Amino acid sequence: MLAFVIRRLIQAVVVVLVVAFLSFLLFNFVGDPVNNMVGQDASIADREEMREALGLNDPLIVRFAHYVLNAVQGDFGMSLRLQRRVGTLIVERMPATLELVAASAVLALSIGIGLGVFTGIKRSHWLSRVILTVSLIGVSLPTFVIGICLIYVFSVLLGWLPSFGRGETVNIGGWSTGFLTASGWQAIIMPAITLSLFQMTLILRLVRTEMLEVMRTDFIKFARARGLSNRAINFGHALRNTLVPVITIAGLNIGSLIAFSIITETVFQWPGMGFLFIQAVQFADIPVMAAYLSLVAVVFVSINMIVDLAYYAIDPRLRATVGRGR
Amino acid sequence: MKLTSLLGGAAVALALAVSPAYAKNTLRWASQGDALTLDPHAQNESPTIAMNLNIMEPLVRSDRELKPEPALATSWKVLEPTVWEFKLREGVKFHDGDTFDADDVIFSIKRAQSKNSDFKDQIGSIKEVKKIDDHTVHLITTGPNPILPNQLLTIAMMSKEWSEKHDVVEVQDYKNKQETYAIRNTNGTGPFKLQLREPDVRTILVKNEDWWGVKNHGNVDEVVYTPIANAATRVAALLSGELEFVLDPPLQDLERVKRTAGLKVLKTPQNRSIFFGLNVGAAELGSSDVKGKNPLADPKVRRAMYQAIDIKAIGQKVMRGDAEPAGIIAAPFVRGWTKELDQRLPYDVDGAKKLLAEAGYPNGFTVKLDCPNDRYINDEAICQAAVGMLARIGVKVNLDAQPKSLHFPKLAKRETDMYMLGWGVTTLDSHYVFSFLAHTKGTWNATGYSNPRVDELTEAMEIEIDPEKRDAMIAEVWKILKEDNVYLPLHHQVISWAMRENLDLPIIANDQPQFRYAVMK
Repeated sequence: MLAFVIRRLIQAVVVVLVVAFLSFLLFNFVGDPVNNMVGQDASIADREEMREALGLNDPLIVRFAHYVLNAVQGDFGMSLRLQRRVGTLIVERMPATLELVAASAVLALSIGIGLGVFTGIKRSHWLSRVILTVSLIGVSLPTFVIGICLIYVFSVLLGWLPSFGRGETVNIGGWSTGFLTASGWQAIIMPAITLSLFQMTLILRLVRTEMLEVMRTDFIKFARARGLSNRAINFGHALRNTLVPVITIAGLNIGSLIAFSIITETVFQWPGMGFLFIQAVQFADIPVMAAYLSLVAVVFVSINMIVDLAYYAIDPRLRATVGRGR
Repeated sequence: MKLTSLLGGAAVALALAVSPAYAKNTLRWASQGDALTLDPHAQNESPTIAMNLNIMEPLVRSDRELKPEPALATSWKVLEPTVWEFKLREGVKFHDGDTFDADDVIFSIKRAQSKNSDFKDQIGSIKEVKKIDDHTVHLITTGPNPILPNQLLTIAMMSKEWSEKHDVVEVQDYKNKQETYAIRNTNGTGPFKLQLREPDVRTILVKNEDWWGVKNHGNVDEVVYTPIANAATRVAALLSGELEFVLDPPLQDLERVKRTAGLKVLKTPQNRSIFFGLNVGAAELGSSDVKGKNPLADPKVRRAMYQAIDIKAIGQKVMRGDAEPAGIIAAPFVRGWTKELDQRLPYDVDGAKKLLAEAGYPNGFTVKLDCPNDRYINDEAICQAAVGMLARIGVKVNLDAQPKSLHFPKLAKRETDMYMLGWGVTTLDSHYVFSFLAHTKGTWNATGYSNPRVDELTEAMEIEIDPEKRDAMIAEVWKILKEDNVYLPLHHQVISWAMRENLDLPIIANDQPQFRYAVMK
């Protein structure tokens, strides 16, 4: 068990380092931040001096080494655009993204599993077909189109929901939350729906397929033969057996929710990390981009690891294999 | 599923929709990008200056027509050719209650001239600031400087005591990657005080009841700024009533906004001209099929390219009517601009072909056009249109449109044969155009153009204080530039502001809103 964890930890570090290095390579081509930082009147000598001062003239490998060394100590450098510590910026923006991701995950899981069970059990019900058709649309529409449509209907036409921002926030111990104000709840509805639609569809279809599979198995037939109620069979036996793959997918998808919140955050001007990232790209703000991508890599790797460990804890068969293998 | 969740969301929204009655006039507005910093001397960038000058004030400010008018200085005059006397306004207080006086002026100008300041070139001619008494200062210049008041328009005054107390005497230093107090805190004398600053998220300004100009103040109590990067969301927020004012509505949505009851669109020509620069200095163009010589060095070729551009078509199709055709690369606000100068050479495809043939290129030539795609209004589309027009006379243009962070370095490194550039004239004087774009050593002159007479006149007008003589010099340079066609003028940009009908906010040609004028009905 310990060897397994250590192995995974080493893998994780390698993955994060590779991502950080690749993003560094890519960012070499995004442009010259100095031009965005100085006014049109700045002389060429001024620009060159600033490039030198910012270390932009050093060889790539030197800059990378510098970056990793500092990052390990929690120092991600200064944002070239905002002139503030990248670490501070990301910590400031994290609550917004995590709250949005949490709301989306809850929506995706509850609605996705609920509808998945329904469509799995009542396969031929007309409502099941409607749900499946609509869910296909949910997968195929791009996020920003869904977002803009929601804004058009609920902000412009009906005037019910705010089209941008987080509403009022309350600060609790350094964490700014929108969950304690009415305007905060109003503001999160549309972004959360937009962000969750894809995952919701995915979970719905996964649960449905698994349900159909499980319902065909012998142990459900035996359960029926034993005269158990439908409710007990559907939820106690069938659903429980579908949950292992659902947990895997849901766990990994929390990572992609964080990563893909970029588009949703841009459409709704949601002041989270994804939006910080997209603005950093436009400005060629290398420290912010590198820190964000490394962070996303860390999130993915840790979730992956937790999922693996959870398997290990849940499924006795896995434990047996790992034990025999070592 | 989608429907149910939407209805659920709507129900929650309805339950929560208890809108508070606004007792005060709150002006909520948005634009694409936030100010970079609130340190007033750190960034010479239009949105940054716009935000800062609502909080802090210069000695001389620009009015809604961009004319200099007294702000923290009540009057100024030339005592000797190199000595300007400024009388300071009495009884002015900073937002923290500190009194504004000559020491603050000396401190602020020195600060704006320091190494890290982005304004040090703009006021580089000031050699010394001398205190005569608490409300009189002398600005001593290295030579006679007739446009000194214009150069002070964007130099905000800071409190010396406050700056010392918070350790922001120095403009923020990039080298030490230092984060200073002044980036997010202010202490100005201006019509609005900073209440909340969350960069990129929200900035709230509140009315300064003790402002010296409060009598002529509009009636806005609070200004809430939110940057909204997505253009569609920005317009949606205005349409849905969540904003009073959008600084930069996308062109394609203007009609929609105009048609919406309760909204209006204001327009004005901007103090910014868009043009192509041609590499006349190189012996051979890197991107051309013509080897051994530079076709752009031939004035006939340049004139032919100029006359091949159908500016009316660009104005109507690309700019949707929102552009003023330009004959010179300076807008009407700029001293030295005249209607005659701004007349374009006629659009004439046949004449252009003839000129090309005379120059020895009957079959044309190829050249690459460098163009930004995120800097000026519809920049890439303008370039595309021009490519088609130049093809008609045989000039085959390869378009290379890139983000500004890649485009401008090419110009700075002189790695371009033909490029798009837009120039705004902050001092409102032609000299600003000549010194940057026409002088041999001009930092933004990527054309390689070098004309001794232009250089001589540009330098001479820096120290000429007789307005008539100086105007004659300006006129002569414009005449030379117009004949040489090193820059092919396209148009002066027109800006549009979208706002609610009940808001009275004058549109200003520098695209910098001044909320002291705002009246809400």
